[in-house]
Amino acid sequence: MLKALVIDPGKCTGCKQCEMACSLENEGVFNPSKSRIRVFDFHEDARFVPYTCTQCDEAWCQQACPVNAITTDAMGVKVVHDNLCVGCKVCTIACPFGTVNYNASTGKVIKCDLCGGEPACADACPTDAITYRDVEQSGYDKMKVWATRTSAGTESHGPNTPA
Amino acid sequence: MGWTGKILRIDLSKGTVKTEPLNMDWADKYLGQRGLASKYLVEEIDPKTDPLGPDNKVIFATGPLTGTCASTGGRYSVITKGPLTGAIACSNSGGYFGAEMKFAGWDMVIVEGAAAKPVYLTIFDDDVQIRDAGDIWGKSVWETDKWIKAAHQDPMIHVATIGVSGENAVLYSCVVNDLHRAAGRSGVGAVLGSKNLKAVAIRGTGGVSVKDPKEFLKATKAGKKVLKDNAVTGQGLPTYGTQVLMNVINEAGAMPTRNGRDVQFESAGDISAEAMAEPRRSDGHPNLLTNQACFGCTIACGRISKIDETHYTVQNKPEYWHASGGLEYEAAWALGSATGVKDLEALTYANFICNEQGLDPISFGATVGAAMELYEDGVITSETTGGIELKFGSAEALTRCVELTGKAEGFGKELGMGSARLTAKYGRPELSMTVKSQEFPAYDPRGIQGMGLTYATSNRGACHLRSYTVASEILGIPEKTDPLATEGKAGLVKAFQDATAAVDSSGLCVFTTFAWTLEDIAPQVDAACKGDWSVEKMLEVGERIWNMERIFNNKAGFTAKDDRLPERLMKDAAKTGPAKGLVATVDKMLPEYYDLRGWTSEGVPTNETLERLAV
Repeated sequence: MLKALVIDPGKCTGCKQCEMACSLENEGVFNPSKSRIRVFDFHEDARFVPYTCTQCDEAWCQQACPVNAITTDAMGVKVVHDNLCVGCKVCTIACPFGTVNYNASTGKVIKCDLCGGEPACADACPTDAITYRDVEQSGYDKMKVWATRTSAGTESHGPNTPA
Repeated sequence: MGWTGKILRIDLSKGTVKTEPLNMDWADKYLGQRGLASKYLVEEIDPKTDPLGPDNKVIFATGPLTGTCASTGGRYSVITKGPLTGAIACSNSGGYFGAEMKFAGWDMVIVEGAAAKPVYLTIFDDDVQIRDAGDIWGKSVWETDKWIKAAHQDPMIHVATIGVSGENAVLYSCVVNDLHRAAGRSGVGAVLGSKNLKAVAIRGTGGVSVKDPKEFLKATKAGKKVLKDNAVTGQGLPTYGTQVLMNVINEAGAMPTRNGRDVQFESAGDISAEAMAEPRRSDGHPNLLTNQACFGCTIACGRISKIDETHYTVQNKPEYWHASGGLEYEAAWALGSATGVKDLEALTYANFICNEQGLDPISFGATVGAAMELYEDGVITSETTGGIELKFGSAEALTRCVELTGKAEGFGKELGMGSARLTAKYGRPELSMTVKSQEFPAYDPRGIQGMGLTYATSNRGACHLRSYTVASEILGIPEKTDPLATEGKAGLVKAFQDATAAVDSSGLCVFTTFAWTLEDIAPQVDAACKGDWSVEKMLEVGERIWNMERIFNNKAGFTAKDDRLPERLMKDAAKTGPAKGLVATVDKMLPEYYDLRGWTSEGVPTNETLERLAV
């Protein structure tokens, strides 16, 4: 089963535990500025939105890379190989979503690689705003909410209900 | 580890910026933040110095757990000599600013002297500049935040700033960071104003490391589970915020109302957490939009509210139609119960203005309450107030006052002195609900006796956050005690004071202690910091801090005579509720408290105590 990060901004409180977990996993220290996931605070609208790479099937970053430093692993994850990356930053321009970024302290680009299948951000999120699950069922929770609303006010009169 | 080991020293008179290593011997004795910065302050300033003079210093301090994944590990404090009280001041704040200071590489920023012209500081990692603040002096907290981010083309900067109230030396001005989190009490914002320091802007790209990452993750994860499984931190606070207390405290008969004339507010329900969540009749939307976490916090008690656009306070003022920091319990109490105002939207507006102008809503609301009593007693008239009909319960009077106070216009200039100076000016000092000139908050000691001793002995003037015995006396945490009894309270207050001083110094939020004890906290500190951090050591550090603060205050001129409550609480019995017929009996508890502390009957730490604690 292919899995993906499923993000529900409605559950996010803006605590940034995900940014700390990500930076600890990847950098060995707590450093949100080097986090691959970022929480945006739309303060005046009372909204917090975690955002990171969604692992495009046809990844523009990958296609733009002149030295083939970005490859796709068995889980469909786009992985940057530091030994090949030359820090040209073309991928940061090609990515339409801004989720590939340059790390000045290493001279390489960084992006989410789902921590090899155990994303630290999802594990750290205290409210389940970030979960890691079946990519084909990422809409399950929303569908369920709307299914509940659709049935609101109706009584159970299925074909097997006695009249 | 935990600590960055570096501090910044900025002399505004000379315009110099220096760095120095953190004194690690002191870090071992005082941990961080409140304790450690207070140690620097008491070593470096004359206790008798004028709080608003250039010889006072102001320290922005983080704790060793600030900027880590420990739940609530995002706190910082502003430590200085407070202008409202003349005592040591330490005001603690959340938001994201404190963690950003750690990421920039600094445990503390010590600011000394005073600038000749308005300035602001930028701390972008190692690049530290004192910059001209001519364009932002006179601007609000919200405008300043926006201006600084735009001027430096960096939306990821975090700003701590004063509003116009700090510039105007309103004695209960805050330092506000991240738009609506505040180092709120004792007038620390006025100290920045006196130094011509408008704001501190920080952006950090470095990391915070801990001694043993594996142990640290284990300890912090265990701590988060305890918070999640606890009814207060796992459900009550995220759902209702601190406002969960409004109905609880009112029913306990411990809600100071109309400047302490009453101990129950008949309209508490109208300004409660439950009311904030109800759809409004006017527009069908609730006042509360969502909860918000401060950095690293897995509780998320912050309130984000939106005022009804048709409410009289914001009609034709679209600048207030967005979401922002809503009412916490203390603010709802001060702006509401203390003044008798039950209009939730008016209170939310007043709260917005407090954030925007940098006013402490506790001292502001309580001062308006005192002024209302002066008005109702005929001591001041509408001539004094510039035409404001300052009656208890008047939302219009409250919102007019909040608009004037930060700007120091009209009667607002008098309100900005705080209730102790205001009532003294008009010959009625007994109407000030203060200890050491600082307004006490939302718990009436007639109905919660331990809070009487808490207020009387708090080193920063009346305050609930120095020993929150409400937890035990009302909520039964860690065990239930009788709120109306005085027996055993001296020991309870001391235990809470010492533990809280240690928690404050770690960089964690004291709200965790609804669920955590030092048994939960010490392992987190121990895994992060060099040294051996046991529960016993944390308590010893807490007690050492408490005594150090006390000695500073004694040297500043405070004596046992200042450990007393307003006369009203000692003489006028509660009229209603479970405490009906009772007064606050702090006198019974004080001698035992001094004794337990190892202080003389005059409230002075004995030599033996000082030696035992190596203060």
